[in-house]
Amino acid sequence: MSDILPTSAPPSVPAKKIAGFKPDLLMKENHNLCPGCGEPVALRKLLEAIEAVGAQERTIGVIGIGCYTSFGSGIDVDLVQALHGRAPSVATGVKRMRPETLVFTLQGDGDMVNEGLQEVIHTAARGESVTCVLLNNGVFGETGGHMTATTVLGQRTKNSLEGRDAGYHGYPILIGDLLAQLEGTAYAARGSVHDAASVMATGRMLRRALETQEKGLGFSFVEVLTMCPTGWFIPTAEGPDYLDKVMGSVHTVGELKRKAHD
Amino acid sequence: MTRRLMEGSEAMAEAAIAAGCRFFAGYPMTPFTELLEGFAKRLPESGGACINAESELEAVGMAWGAVATGARAATGSTGQGLSLMQESFSEITRAELPLVIFNMARGQGDYYQSTRGGGHGDYRHIVLAPADAQEAVELTQLAFDLADRWRNPVLIYGDYLIAHANESVDITPRTYPPLPPKDWAVDGTLGGSGESRTVNPLGVDKKSLGIDPEGLWNRLQEKHERIECEEVRVETGFTEDAELVVVAFGSVGRFVRHVVREMRADGLKVGFVRPITLWPFPSEAVAAAAHAAGRVAVLEQNAGQMIDDVRLAVLGAAPVVAIGGISTDRSGFGVGDLLNPAAVRGRIEGALSTGGNFR
Amino acid sequence: MGDVNDMAGTTSRGTVTIETERCKGCELCIPACPPDVLSMSTEVNEIGFRYPELRPGCTGCSACLLVCPDFVFEVYRYETPQQYEVTP
Ligand SMILES: Cc1ncc(C[n+]2csc(CCOP(=O)(O)OP(=O)(O)O)c2C)c(N)n1
Ligand code: SF4
Ligand code: SF4
Ligand code: SF4
Ligand SMILES: [Mg+2]
Repeated sequence: MSDILPTSAPPSVPAKKIAGFKPDLLMKENHNLCPGCGEPVALRKLLEAIEAVGAQERTIGVIGIGCYTSFGSGIDVDLVQALHGRAPSVATGVKRMRPETLVFTLQGDGDMVNEGLQEVIHTAARGESVTCVLLNNGVFGETGGHMTATTVLGQRTKNSLEGRDAGYHGYPILIGDLLAQLEGTAYAARGSVHDAASVMATGRMLRRALETQEKGLGFSFVEVLTMCPTGWFIPTAEGPDYLDKVMGSVHTVGELKRKAHD
Repeated sequence: MTRRLMEGSEAMAEAAIAAGCRFFAGYPMTPFTELLEGFAKRLPESGGACINAESELEAVGMAWGAVATGARAATGSTGQGLSLMQESFSEITRAELPLVIFNMARGQGDYYQSTRGGGHGDYRHIVLAPADAQEAVELTQLAFDLADRWRNPVLIYGDYLIAHANESVDITPRTYPPLPPKDWAVDGTLGGSGESRTVNPLGVDKKSLGIDPEGLWNRLQEKHERIECEEVRVETGFTEDAELVVVAFGSVGRFVRHVVREMRADGLKVGFVRPITLWPFPSEAVAAAAHAAGRVAVLEQNAGQMIDDVRLAVLGAAPVVAIGGISTDRSGFGVGDLLNPAAVRGRIEGALSTGGNFR
Repeated sequence: MGDVNDMAGTTSRGTVTIETERCKGCELCIPACPPDVLSMSTEVNEIGFRYPELRPGCTGCSACLLVCPDFVFEVYRYETPQQYEVTP
């Protein structure tokens, strides 16, 4: 097709670069997550938010176990790799010994809401000055698409083949709403990455959460709904719509708590 | 040297703080509780933090985070609580973090738990077993040094008697040879430089995609082999001309040492070996004593756990008999009838006279 | 493709660099592009995926970059908008 423009190199006429391939705090663009995965999209906004608050030289991240664990070899801030479910208490120990740093956790729904639910609840209740980031795709992506505590009713997974049934499997936990009720939680929000506008909004939430920590207002939390086409057994192109309609109708997007900000 | 009369738990907490411990997290459980109380009282005054964790899982997680920053930190518990922590212990070992763990055990039934671990994978902890409060103080300070020197967890095997008896102790900080700098610890400062750190149990290398578990585990195995060569600690007594050598550790080892001295005074040819490091186990000292005496008795307050290590050390060169056994109080805290010099003497004399299997 | 006359003289206020070898063919960028100037190639890259191609009309809005999981895009805005004659 003759109207295809050359795009293999930067433009040869004067132009201003608006955005680079990767955020500065990512060491390499290559990763081995699946096509259409929402997790790298959320990661970009998290790393940009760290830069936006100017904390790149005093940030420590604590990573859980899920597909996002593989970011551990690519994120250019100091990291501690935790066990499945245990990142919030590890982050607590880090922050207590290094109060001058910005401390975040990066966990999935399986990690945070299944395996380690009490960790994040107690960390929030303590008002611990850390930011917990949840990548919620409603499945154990890494093990191949199994039901988690956030899987919505009717959702098909490898161990809810006919769809999650309330009578048999119980109800999903809306973790953001739950954490927002705790006195120690200063900021809680739920974003999504199903389109460009929601990615931008999620970026603002992440920044606000980190600012909450910087101001010492208490515990902060951002849940990001992310696509997992592999674990949902759908074509990649259908991921955003599925995320928005199926997950987003239960885990509704928006700010859930904003305590004494500014 | 200034000696003070103190409860063992309080003395151990003070010793840890004197050694530079700045973080502790724990969850109450007898007979560990008083140690937690000691840290809760004293750490904030000395610029540290002690968190009353919501569970042992969180306690070990918090201590993990604290040691990752380069701070000296510790956690601890008793039997069940330590069982909960095992998953983290094996990962912390693989992340090469210098955590100090206080196991204030109920008796000696947790020898396997401490020396083998209930966690997954190939890992080892240095295990120090004090016999009294003064030794607990010394080994507590040593534990922080060994942990930093080897970048490996060190576990102190205490018990109810050590935790609760009031004894005269000296807590003057000990000095050790200089340690390598903690350039691996996270402080956040290298973010964005391309040289940022990662403290992880997977063999992650930020310069490549992915992990190298085989390389990491081989390195750990090599380190553990060096620890086995260099860190054995043991006390022996009267082994040169003994006709029976008794192996015992911890508080039980203290009773055995006392009784063996008494029996020697009465002209009976017994000796003792008291492992101070349960891992690495003092196999050479046990083997040498066994060869000289020709007979070995193991007195431990459990159904027979350390006896495995004794038999591996002796390797069939001498008969090894068990003369201990389960012995506890009605609460199950491990303060049983066996913790009595007369009972211990009865067991040793039995082994000496029958020469066979006591049980 | 629609009537070529609609596209004659299309203006690009911006452009993108596309690192096609990194693309995993998920197609998330295609509906994300507001002026709809991205479409999937018929060729495949080294790892076997079709990848996006750019036609005139890019605004430099960054939507494609924001939704792409594989860091395939870099976005530029021209100092002076570029005019393209579209060959019928
Ligand atoms: C204690 C423990 N149990 C189970 C696992 C196996 N496991 C690895 S990743 C994972 C699920 C991860 O799910 P999630 O946190 O939602 O991350 P995702 O893969 O969806 O990004 C599980 C169950 C583990 N690593 N540790
Ligand atoms: S399994 Fe799901 S979460 Fe994991 S990399 Fe693939 S798409 Fe992403
Ligand atoms: S920058 Fe905007 S207009 Fe240009 S290709 Fe990307 S999405 Fe389309
Ligand atoms: S979103 Fe990225 S990876 Fe997916 S098709 Fe477009 S360029 Fe390729
Ligand atoms: Mg998940």
